[in-house]
Amino acid sequence: MEYGLDLEYSFNEFLKGFGLSSEIAHIIWLPLPMLLVLVAAVVGVLVTVWLERKISAAAQQRIGPEYAGALGVLQPIADGLKLLVKEDIIPAKADGILFTAGPILVLVPVILSWLIVPFGQNLLISNVGIGIFLWIALSSIQPIGLLMSGYASNNKYSLLGGLRAAAQSISYEIPLALSVLAIVLMTNSLSTIDIVNQQSGAGILSWNIWRQPVGFIVFWICALAECERLPFDLPEAEEELVAGYQTEYAGMKFALFYLGSYINLILSALLVSILYLGGWGFPIPVELIAKFLNLPINAPFIQVFTASIGIVMTVLKAYLLVFIAILLRWTTPRVRIDQLLDLGWKFLLPISLANLLITAGLKLAFPQFFGG
Amino acid sequence: MSIAITTQIICFTVLSLIIIIGALGVVLLESIVYSAFLLGGVFMSVAGLYLLLNASFVAAAQVLVYVGAVNVLIIFAIMLVNKKEDLKPINDIKSRRIISTSICLTLLSLLIRVDLTNVWNLSSPQNSIGEESTVRIGEHLFSDYLLPFEVASVLLLMAMIGAIVLARRDVMSKDISTGLPVDQELIEKSSEPLLTNKN
Repeated sequence: MEYGLDLEYSFNEFLKGFGLSSEIAHIIWLPLPMLLVLVAAVVGVLVTVWLERKISAAAQQRIGPEYAGALGVLQPIADGLKLLVKEDIIPAKADGILFTAGPILVLVPVILSWLIVPFGQNLLISNVGIGIFLWIALSSIQPIGLLMSGYASNNKYSLLGGLRAAAQSISYEIPLALSVLAIVLMTNSLSTIDIVNQQSGAGILSWNIWRQPVGFIVFWICALAECERLPFDLPEAEEELVAGYQTEYAGMKFALFYLGSYINLILSALLVSILYLGGWGFPIPVELIAKFLNLPINAPFIQVFTASIGIVMTVLKAYLLVFIAILLRWTTPRVRIDQLLDLGWKFLLPISLANLLITAGLKLAFPQFFGG
Repeated sequence: MSIAITTQIICFTVLSLIIIIGALGVVLLESIVYSAFLLGGVFMSVAGLYLLLNASFVAAAQVLVYVGAVNVLIIFAIMLVNKKEDLKPINDIKSRRIISTSICLTLLSLLIRVDLTNVWNLSSPQNSIGEESTVRIGEHLFSDYLLPFEVASVLLLMAMIGAIVLARRDVMSKDISTGLPVDQELIEKSSEPLLTNKN
């Protein structure tokens, strides 16, 4: 399946045309996709914040943001600017170093995980061999940042929030990893590109959601819990803990938490769409359409067209999931801490283990459907 | 010297410095919380070294297991215990420090000697398996390293059962060491802020 746009190659060839060595061309190329993805992530957050405000308003029969731009689309930018110009406070009795390092440790792993999110055959920063495993490993760093900021704030609500966040993220990491493992078992590869390609055979029919319905639900629940979205937002339950580990934060440091949680939500939605909903695949395979219209699949025009369809499909699927997450947040009550841990350890863990076992068995029995 | 090699040397120097300084900090710092967080930093840098050695799977596993599980649990335990008490002064602290330092230095010199005298059978960079290492590790785990792998799982099971027995208050209603009845309250009881004594 070695087709698709190779922007890096064309870019390097373009620069070599000016007489630059291939090494220099590579160095000039390197920051471009990173910057692009960073900008995409931040714009994604702005869109999600606006959606959150509008959908919550609709769920509560309000209008929501209205005056900042048409339909209030500039409201998230106003929010961001407000946070930027606020005073950066470190409480007098807090631990300054850890207080500052906490939000950074929360945000950096999330952004780093975008390394493996593909928007097309060659449209990702790096097709690392460990692929999806990198995300699982990186997301396990986050609790350290949460514990750090909870401890450094020198506030009992912050500490309890940090402890809850760590407990929650440790418990839900295991079923999450197990349901990813079932997908990896079917793909024979950890790479996100291979996972999407494995689902691209027959359009919507070959998506993993039909072969892994249980894994899909377990993964989605765990992803919501990892993002600390309501029904699982215990670490920052405002009625009990003020705002959890964020209580003492203001200004840009709070903005880092805010940004981190929304980037994490979009990342989780993207990963669900990659793992279970066919990634950049169109519901009807693009090759079939091209064949039907008698167009050569490798023509530059078709290539650009399929690449844009791929990006649109990935983003569309991700935002559909973000929409569901927002609806869930504004319509469901919060679970208690014991219910949360019960759900994680006594229900999701056995279910995902059984799912893994059944997947392995089905793979042996029907290798043509479950990846030989 | 090519740019790739320069980058590698810079990364290696930075990572090694972080590992050495961080490890010294873990041992020498008074505050146990700082030590725990520095330990996480050291684990991360070791993962970085694995990455430089083209072992990306081992690096990710290092982050997942040591940073994500071991270090988080250490910090978690420190914060749950939540005790702010001054340690009792030890009388012969000086001689103890001298003895432990000399033992550590002896071990270090032994390791350096092994490093210098042993002939390391290094494979050339062309022979490195790189991304394929994940598959190779799996093959080894299920062929020649099967027995150690399974024995390790039995060991973990034993540790888990032990932990559950210790944690279940209805199984152990008395403290093993003192014989006093165990505090049956929830762990999330009202707690003092940790740093109140700080100036």
